[in-house]
Amino acid sequence: MSDGVKLRVRQASKIYPTASGDLLAIDRCDLDVRAGEIVSIVGPSGSGKTTLLWTMSGLHSLSSGEVQLDGKPITAPSRDIGMVFQDANLLPWRNVQANIAFPFEIMGQQPDKAWIAQLMHRVGLEGFENRMPRELSGGMQQRVALVRALSFKPSVLLMDEPFGALDAFTREEMNHLVEEIYLDTRTTILLITHSIEEAIFLADRVIVMSARPGRIASEHLVPFARPRSMEIMSTKEVFDLTNIIKKEIVGDQKSMAGRPRSTARAAG
Amino acid sequence: MESTDAIPQFSKSDAGSGGVGVANMSALAAGPGIQSVRDVAIIVIVAVIVVGGLELLLNLFSVPQYVMPKPSEIAYALVTDFWFILPHLGHTLVELSSGFTIGALVGLILAAVITQFPFAEKIIAPYILMLVTTPMLALVPLLILRFGFGYTPRIIAVALAAGPMVMINAATGFRRVDSGKIALARSYGASTLQIFWKIRAPMALPMIFVGLMVGSIFGLLTAVGAEMVGGGFGLGNRLTSYSSMIQMPQFFAVVLILSILGILIYVLFFLLGKKFASWET
Repeated sequence: MSDGVKLRVRQASKIYPTASGDLLAIDRCDLDVRAGEIVSIVGPSGSGKTTLLWTMSGLHSLSSGEVQLDGKPITAPSRDIGMVFQDANLLPWRNVQANIAFPFEIMGQQPDKAWIAQLMHRVGLEGFENRMPRELSGGMQQRVALVRALSFKPSVLLMDEPFGALDAFTREEMNHLVEEIYLDTRTTILLITHSIEEAIFLADRVIVMSARPGRIASEHLVPFARPRSMEIMSTKEVFDLTNIIKKEIVGDQKSMAGRPRSTARAAG
Repeated sequence: MESTDAIPQFSKSDAGSGGVGVANMSALAAGPGIQSVRDVAIIVIVAVIVVGGLELLLNLFSVPQYVMPKPSEIAYALVTDFWFILPHLGHTLVELSSGFTIGALVGLILAAVITQFPFAEKIIAPYILMLVTTPMLALVPLLILRFGFGYTPRIIAVALAAGPMVMINAATGFRRVDSGKIALARSYGASTLQIFWKIRAPMALPMIFVGLMVGSIFGLLTAVGAEMVGGGFGLGNRLTSYSSMIQMPQFFAVVLILSILGILIYVLFFLLGKKFASWET
């Protein structure tokens, strides 16, 4: 940790056996995420973004290579890592409070009530403790998921296309919220997204992945001070950067169109 | 281990959340439609017309009692013979509740276990299907031969009828794997047992209630059928006894008790399902 690297990915490859043969989802990826940094990963479907994130969470193993947290290899899920999934992934039979208590139940610990109350206040969920997930809007559900992921104070937050299902306005709101929480906690955040705008707005660095096999294609710095406002999105720098990334992704998809798809199921 | 090495994917249909559950398949779902005193009045009036009309028609065509007794005669028989019939109802309830409890417990445990081992499930499946489709009443003469005319053969028959019904529905519930929710639990380091109790079991609950409801109705059917085959007690025994003596009002009084019992069982599981598994609807 002396070099300030929180997450380190070295020569990470993952092969999924499928009915139509082996699928190389990610191929020799290298990535460093420094402590207190926000990094977003964009790329076309099938670029292995989700696979990369899941191996970092310890949910999946790598076929070769290594992922490290604070210099130690990640082989199993750990409480240093909080995960926010695609669609809120709440348990529909539990109310908001019980959903947030879920990680503590699994870990066999008492929930940190004061910290959770602070988070609930921060995301505007006060008074919703006893609501059932189905009574909440998509944005509210994702807020609950955010509180749940941060409730046990992980030092890393992995977000897997968290706001993809939300409308544009709610998404913008959630992006501001994530930055606010980041400025409060300085949690290291790795975000996977389909939205180039979201990737640029939130991140210090945007990583572009290419598809089949998933490789790290390029890296772009986003040199704007925080807190950021949506106004930076209309600056020339962001406009140019968006276009560059868009071209990389579209170009990659075009070159892919000629290739046979090894499987119908895209690995995120 | 589930989802360890599958391509991560999320889909809404994954959970099979098409809304199974007692509350959906239930005729009682019409309940909330009843709102005003007026609605209740109409329902009561229709019931009175049906029963009164039946009474009137049976009188008008002077239908003999042994063909179809009048509702008034059935009601009279129900009142006068109530204390005589009551112990028989008690016997039927004992057989039903103990047989159902044993069958449901075994069914639930088997469902939970076999769904953990897909290969074992494939091997067992044909036998389960046989247990579900074979009327367990067919075994009652054999069971009586072996265990006599007491409770035992009837309880075994009820358990054999209810168990597979509970099992097949519960297994459907346990098979509804939501890889996203399991990954969530695993991301906090959940053990296989924790995943079972905190994810799989709650997800299976709506289907378990469907199984309990169907199983208990099958159990009632089998209990009454077994009582008709042999032994000197129980509501089924009353049915054969009354019909052999052409005591039709008493016969229909017992039928009425049985249908009320069936409805009560149905309502019980409907309410339980609504309380514990309503999140799905």
